Amino acid sequence: MFDATLRNLPFLLGGLLVTFKLAAFAVSGGIFLGILVGLARISQKKWIYYPITFYVNFLRNIPLILVIFWVYFVMPLFIGRSIDPFPSAVISFIIFEATYFGEIFRAGYQTISKDMVNASYSTGMTYAQTARYITVPVAFQRMLPSLITQSIVTFQDTSLAFVIGLPEFVRRASIVDNMEIRSIELFGFVAIVFLIICYIGSRISRHYEEKYRKVNVQ
Amino acid sequence: MIEIKNLNKWFDDFHVLTDINETVERGQTMVICGPSGSGKSTLLRCINGLEPYQKGEVIVDGVSLNNPKTNLYKLRENIGMVFQRFELYPHMTALQNVSLAPIKVRKLSKKEAEEKAMVLLERVGIPEKAKSYPANLSGGQQQRVAIARSLAMEPKYMMFDEPTSALDPEMIKEVLDVMIALAKEGMTMLCVTHEMGFAREVADEIIFMDFGKIIERGTYQEFFTKPKSDRLKEFLSQILE
Repeated sequence: MFDATLRNLPFLLGGLLVTFKLAAFAVSGGIFLGILVGLARISQKKWIYYPITFYVNFLRNIPLILVIFWVYFVMPLFIGRSIDPFPSAVISFIIFEATYFGEIFRAGYQTISKDMVNASYSTGMTYAQTARYITVPVAFQRMLPSLITQSIVTFQDTSLAFVIGLPEFVRRASIVDNMEIRSIELFGFVAIVFLIICYIGSRISRHYEEKYRKVNVQ
Repeated sequence: MIEIKNLNKWFDDFHVLTDINETVERGQTMVICGPSGSGKSTLLRCINGLEPYQKGEVIVDGVSLNNPKTNLYKLRENIGMVFQRFELYPHMTALQNVSLAPIKVRKLSKKEAEEKAMVLLERVGIPEKAKSYPANLSGGQQQRVAIARSLAMEPKYMMFDEPTSALDPEMIKEVLDVMIALAKEGMTMLCVTHEMGFAREVADEIIFMDFGKIIERGTYQEFFTKPKSDRLKEFLSQILE
């Protein structure tokens, strides 16, 4: 019954690879930029805090598809040349996901009590030693489940790159469907693949949540 | 010796410490009491440089904290501190909590540091909890690990910031016993606490603070037989209820 899928499997899996590549760029870039955004969101300096807070609130309150359109259709008007769908999608996802990752980093940092840092200082540990052995590991442990969950969401969101013609997994399924007219089968297959990957991801997230839950009740 | 001369501190407009003068000699145990918000914790934090101050002087073993050349990290190695909420590192076992600073700051080998940590955990009465994480320890056990963590740096001074006020009543004694033993061994201690039984047993001097000022000072006997100020009388009657 999955014969149309099987006939076009290399083409479809090639699309899945594009999806993975986009997700990998989006997550790693989003986390990197997100760390900076998170630091800016706890900054005491107003000229850092306010512009970044505006950026975060702005992007978190508009649909992702608009960001994709802006980068793909509007940005070329400013820079004077068109951008290919893939780099365009990567840029859109990084600036969008960074706002979400940034809030996770901010929240994670704020779970560290000031006196835990003081306790470390009072044993003679320096700022750098305290960051390396205490605050960063503890915050990371507490953030890990949220980071994994947000990465799964990002992975799902990548299918929105469909709209600018990026031949990722869903778009390729749609192309095959135009030729084969087997919508139920093809989109069913895509759904199952997403389901399996995201379910595994959410189990991993859940595992870390359980593992650290006890450690973090205080 | 810790010398505090005319110390003043503000949080923005709020004058949290006013004209504090105090000297703590080596081997002394000083108890600081007073209502919440009276500046007791802030005073402790000024002594080890966790909080800056704006006026006056804190001098520890001849080193002024306000001197920009003073290495505060180095100074804090000599001043252990125990907190109300224990503040153990949640991602480390009791043994790792105690041995971390000796390894990273004193550069001891892991083996050597852990052997010393074991000795300290025995001293505070919980060697069997060495491999436990803080979340699996009772409050009293966590606080004893926190004391061992401070002692691991072999400090000359120990400061306690309400070490028993977050504990259930039945656990207070196990922590106080450790502190009493420490005082009797000759440790120089500054303790913010309302445990007057502890003060009676080991305090050389008690100071009473209110509104950021030292209102009254004296021995335990003086405090209880002839308190001078009305504020202290009122305070004592409240905590002894």
